[in-house]
Amino acid sequence: MFAYCADPKSLEGLAWLACYLTTGKHMGLYWSFGTVLLLLAITAPVALAFGFVGAMAARSPFLPARIIGKGYTAMVRGVPDIVFFLFFVIALDQGIEWLNHQIRCPDWTEPIRQGLEFRVCPQAKVPLGSSPQYVHQLYGFGLAVMTFSLVFGAFAANVLYGAMQAVPRAQLETAEAYGMNHAQVFRRILVPQMWVYALPGLSNLWMILIKATPLLFLLGVQDIVYWARELGGAKTSAYEYPHPDWRLYYFLFLLVFYLGFTKLSEIVLDRLTARLSRGQATAAGEAMRKAGA
Amino acid sequence: MKKLLIATALVALTAGAGLAQTVRMGTEGAYPPYNFINDKGEVDGFERELGDTLCAKAGLTCEWVTNDWDSIIPNLQSGNYDTIIAGMSITDERDKVIDFTQNYIPPAASAYMALTADAKIGDGAVVAAQIGTIQAGYVAESGATLLEFATPDESVAAVKNGEADAVFADKDYLAPIAAESGGALVMLPNDVPLGGGVGMGLRESDTELKATFDAAIQSMKDDGSLNVMIKKWFGEDATTF
Repeated sequence: MFAYCADPKSLEGLAWLACYLTTGKHMGLYWSFGTVLLLLAITAPVALAFGFVGAMAARSPFLPARIIGKGYTAMVRGVPDIVFFLFFVIALDQGIEWLNHQIRCPDWTEPIRQGLEFRVCPQAKVPLGSSPQYVHQLYGFGLAVMTFSLVFGAFAANVLYGAMQAVPRAQLETAEAYGMNHAQVFRRILVPQMWVYALPGLSNLWMILIKATPLLFLLGVQDIVYWARELGGAKTSAYEYPHPDWRLYYFLFLLVFYLGFTKLSEIVLDRLTARLSRGQATAAGEAMRKAGA
Repeated sequence: MKKLLIATALVALTAGAGLAQTVRMGTEGAYPPYNFINDKGEVDGFERELGDTLCAKAGLTCEWVTNDWDSIIPNLQSGNYDTIIAGMSITDERDKVIDFTQNYIPPAASAYMALTADAKIGDGAVVAAQIGTIQAGYVAESGATLLEFATPDESVAAVKNGEADAVFADKDYLAPIAAESGGALVMLPNDVPLGGGVGMGLRESDTELKATFDAAIQSMKDDGSLNVMIKKWFGEDATTF
């Protein structure tokens, strides 16, 4: 990074620290914050979409859709997150490779499962064994997004299902009296009004999602907790910057990061609640109306 | 179908244009001087240099991957990488589930490290070791209470903060730590020879790759370059072939 960092052993004090904090390894740590934020930015809307579809399916008058919707939420909600993370990713990964194997190597005669090994033909590996490391990392990240979305989508589905049920029946009846059909009532009346009922539950989920990001390491993505542990561990002079056990400071930094991030989320969510309560037939909406009058 | 086959064959051919097969090397990256992540964020250490040399000899392109020690064998079996080169001792137990090349480090001693030279290590003592290592297995049978940790670094930290009376690991890993602790940590004199040396782990079905690496290791043993490399990373007193 800096020119004077060429010989770290001769440095002292702040110059040493400046060089230490800009090593390639620390860049890995800084990048991993981006990874976590990107995961949140993609997962949150995807999970919400899963939840929305799940809730719609669970409310559907069509029996098979109802079974799928309710089955999805019941299954994911009933299995511990960590088990789901470990099981689902392996199952998904091997499932993709198995399908790919059937398509690409129909002439392959060896069994795919050999004892504990899972062995598809080399052309069916996803990603290919010869692809550069960043492709593997991208694939791992994609699997992580998929898993997080499925898990949090199930919780969101339940929250949205409850919120849809909470919209006063009188509102929907009025809309029907105006001659709107089922889809119109859903789109124009039910969905705009349900958010205020869903928000407390959804904001809870968002907080839990933020705190669940360290599970990324389980999925082979090098997240901030991985780097904090790796960087904080005691280093002998095999490394350029030897230091004693500094994990306390690194984890303290993570603590501050997570606390700051959740605090910021709370502020934003509070504002959103206020915005959505305006004009609603809820206690908060009523209080707002009175304050304004 | 035929077109598809020709296409795949073409892809396979062009991919192998440099006549080089890509082999993914799985390591832990937390066990200096065997393997560690250096300050540039790359895999470094004895096994990095050895692995790169072996790949060059065998005409393979090698890509380095790090993986938690805990799950390093299952991830090899499910094909996330093709070899384990992570200071893994050859034992009968592991040999049942994966294959090993011939050893590239001769059977070396494991040792205890503690805060004082008179620390207890036998009955009633608490000894730290990394989970799933031959050292952890040895401690469990020695009568001492075993305290397992996910990374070697954490097992050393447990001794420093008094959680454990001693830590048991490869001597080559502990010796530099004791030497640089300024007297805070000392090596205990009773060394224990364990395992059949360190070898590369491969899937049992990968017999061809195993033969390739076996030959490459043998050639390095024959011309003495392996001994030079061992001395470079583990010091002049290290056991060689």
